[in-house]
Amino acid sequence: MTILDISTEIANDARHVPLGLLDDEYGTILEMLGRVPSDVELAMYSVMWSEHCSYKSSRVHLGRLPTKAAHVLVGPGENAGVIDAGDNVAVALRIESHNHPSYIEPFQGAATGVGGILRDIFTMGARPIALMDPLFIGPLDDPHSRYILDGVVRGVGGYGNSVGVPTVGGQITFDPCYRGNPLVNVFCLGVLPVDRLVLGQASGVGNLCVLLGSRTGRDGIGGVSVLASAGFNDAEGETKRPSVQVGDPYEEKRLIEACLELLDAQLVVGIQDLGGAGLACATSETAARAGLGMDVDVQAVLRREPNMSAVEVMTSESQERMLAIIEPQSRDAVLEICKRWEIEASVIATVTGVDEEGVGHLRIVDGPNGAVLADVPAKSLADEAPLYHRPLAEPLDHRARLADRSVDGLTSPDYGEDLLAMVLDPAWIYSQYDHQLFVNTILGPGEADATLLRLAGPGVFTNGKALAMSADANPAWCAIDPRLGTAASVAESALNVCAVGATPKALVNCLNFGNPTHPEVMWQLSESIDGMAEACSALSIPVVGGNVSLYNESQGNDIDPTPTVAVIGLMDSIVRRPPARAWQSGDAIVLVGKRSSNVAGSRWAREVHGARNGALDPLDLVEHRQLCELISDLVRAEAADVVAPELVSGVHTIADGGIAVALAECSIAAQVGCVVDGLTDHRELFAESVSRVLLATARPDELIARCTQAGVLATVIGTAQGSRVVVSELLDVSLDALTSSFSDHIGRALGEVTSR
Amino acid sequence: MSVRVGVISFPGSNCEHDVLEGLSSLGADAEIIWHADRSLKGADAVIIPGGFAHGDYLRCGAIARFSPIMESVTQFAMAGGPVLGICNGFQVLTEAGLLPGALMRNSGLRFLCENATLEVVNDSSILTSMNQAGDQIRLPINHGEGNYTCDAETLARIEDQGQVVLRYMDNPNGSVARIAGVSNEMGNVVGLMPHPERAFDLLFGSADGRSLFASVLGAAEHFSVSKRDSADSVGRS
Repeated sequence: MTILDISTEIANDARHVPLGLLDDEYGTILEMLGRVPSDVELAMYSVMWSEHCSYKSSRVHLGRLPTKAAHVLVGPGENAGVIDAGDNVAVALRIESHNHPSYIEPFQGAATGVGGILRDIFTMGARPIALMDPLFIGPLDDPHSRYILDGVVRGVGGYGNSVGVPTVGGQITFDPCYRGNPLVNVFCLGVLPVDRLVLGQASGVGNLCVLLGSRTGRDGIGGVSVLASAGFNDAEGETKRPSVQVGDPYEEKRLIEACLELLDAQLVVGIQDLGGAGLACATSETAARAGLGMDVDVQAVLRREPNMSAVEVMTSESQERMLAIIEPQSRDAVLEICKRWEIEASVIATVTGVDEEGVGHLRIVDGPNGAVLADVPAKSLADEAPLYHRPLAEPLDHRARLADRSVDGLTSPDYGEDLLAMVLDPAWIYSQYDHQLFVNTILGPGEADATLLRLAGPGVFTNGKALAMSADANPAWCAIDPRLGTAASVAESALNVCAVGATPKALVNCLNFGNPTHPEVMWQLSESIDGMAEACSALSIPVVGGNVSLYNESQGNDIDPTPTVAVIGLMDSIVRRPPARAWQSGDAIVLVGKRSSNVAGSRWAREVHGARNGALDPLDLVEHRQLCELISDLVRAEAADVVAPELVSGVHTIADGGIAVALAECSIAAQVGCVVDGLTDHRELFAESVSRVLLATARPDELIARCTQAGVLATVIGTAQGSRVVVSELLDVSLDALTSSFSDHIGRALGEVTSR
Repeated sequence: MSVRVGVISFPGSNCEHDVLEGLSSLGADAEIIWHADRSLKGADAVIIPGGFAHGDYLRCGAIARFSPIMESVTQFAMAGGPVLGICNGFQVLTEAGLLPGALMRNSGLRFLCENATLEVVNDSSILTSMNQAGDQIRLPINHGEGNYTCDAETLARIEDQGQVVLRYMDNPNGSVARIAGVSNEMGNVVGLMPHPERAFDLLFGSADGRSLFASVLGAAEHFSVSKRDSADSVGRS
């Protein structure tokens, strides 16, 4: 055997460079294999060791997140997290990003983002019943950002509506930092009978692997490496368009039905979706999880176009494909079910044992008894990507910016005008999405602080349980202080779930950050993970899954740190709609929680004054938990009983836009204005300190007594009445003007007539 | 004996489970019938639910009308059997020629999912027999192609013959004469764009869909009895 001279080999062989592999990474491969890799092997390493697939920059930090609780059935590392919801029902959830593809081709980028996350859910045996889409787009006065918004919303709707999964919530943030790099995050949740839970493992030597769904084409090759794991420079977007996949929701719909039927018939040993890195990922991951090997015959893969090379077949990211591992005797029954759903299927691989060293090999062969195109340890692809302890550095001006209290002195000539510019109805977005399918939607998008669904789905029933979900991110807070900002985002999301009467049970995250080779970005990521860990631990919310999206930069500028979190909660019994964003004329408006006049990090400071400095309010997680429990108890009591007279008639957590926007949204929803005289000054009106809720009640004394008993501060600040929103000495705007600014905000920017 | 309702499922249909749940809550014996089957299995009424039959990449419903089951649905309709098409089901029935008119893209060129207020125009159809003409009801709409259209002559005829069943109060999709639902001449086939099955419980916003489905079940029972009677009379002769 010749001795391999690694440094000479790296210098002489430039194949790895266009694939996105670094010299050192190529060196590691040479060392591991003890020989020069074949083209197929090298291509597989390049996609599997990409940032997108391997989490090589973030993995060393992710271990700090709390992931355990008695009700967690599957934690991070599988295709989706799964929790036990009682009544023999489990809930699977996951969130992912499709940021880079959505910038290059907004419709297909967003559409395939939906398709991909759905497969992560039904591969666990769950029927997807809900999607949410947190979006972060450049400002509406930028034509290209408007084009992105329009395409992304059409893409999410075009795929989600057609595939038959309702999009029941989301979030929209407009900010200049997303102009050249929008973020499209998609959350999906599914329900399953606990005994249908299945994992992505290729167990059982001699078992067969069946590739189901679309044929494999040349689309999306290198999507995870050249596209998702690099930033954007000028005009580069155009040339990368062929790396974006194209979605087919009709194929996916039939694939969902076929896979769930295969699972119900107990014909499947393990199953895995094909997403980023295509077959290379699905085969190596399923084999590695089982600790076994696999022989894959590339000739057996059904193809969309002729003359595809083995490299193309193994790395294609063609959508709507699944890999099912079955016992040989099930083959005919499996193919029969696929035929009924008009799904193409072919047996492409066999599960193999381990070598004398206990290593399972992924072997790619060119036809039965054909040439061996690749033979590498499956684990080396799936689990042994290099781990980077990248340098971290707190930005040099961070402390000075925290200490800068110039925001305290900001004033405006007309706070009413400020409010009119800030109110924004996301109905323009969610009315383009089916948000009611399966008739589960009790409180839909725009109605409350969280979405509230009946916990049910076709073939899955519970005893009147309900499920709450909220997706949240506040990049403005995180830009000021990634640790505290992330903790506050988690706190907000948990409080939102409590505000519809549920108890938080699990969290999934989508960590959208800039270029990890910038030490400031790595510092942001590390701080953010610490903040998330602190908040999740204090609020007893396990992190059951996540996704990291790095290289969100354009022209060398990193986006603001954008850790999106989605918290889900459960409610045992529901008989009527809980109070939401509304009130009745004559109700007292009660501010519950610690009062704050700190406008640092607020939308008002940022959007009206361009001010991005100052320190956030500290977050007392013990107090926050008390507030969460109190609000959840109060709201749950309303929803669980049709007889008791209402104590709480309206609820709104205070988040971006502060008390001002919360008052406006309640007034608009109820079409009843308010008169507020209990606020100190304009800063208290726009402050965004997170542990606060507005409640409306006809019996303020009783409500305040309940809050006091729970150790939570509560103050009456005004009354719901009239047709104007009035805050003493600060603003006085008509409900009509507010309603039209709210309703037309997006439509007006897009030049559409929204009133009809 | 409860009546039997066949709910047709094409690949790409997605509201069939919701329709089934609504029917079951009213005591009907409802069953999903696969598009590739040819038998309606003794159904007393047929409902074609919403969704994207065969993907609807072409004109909505243009492929579904050729599914094998549609031959049986057509015969069933000709024989006076009650047939209801909801949303995509309405589109399929117009493509199959069982209902007049066609559904175009919404006038705003965007998909719309929201609640709509509707006026009951004709209270003698299989869908509206439990309502009074002039009733206002609230049902969700959920479509990209719900803009009803027909030529002037057809419009005059269907208005004249009382084939307009439901009208939008606030026309969300640009439909001609604000039409949300129509029937055939005999009144036994009805199509509508809104979703009655999504309005079965105030917990989800409206319960106005219950009386509409109850009306269809009433028509099914009536048809079932008449089937039996005619079978009896054939037996006697």
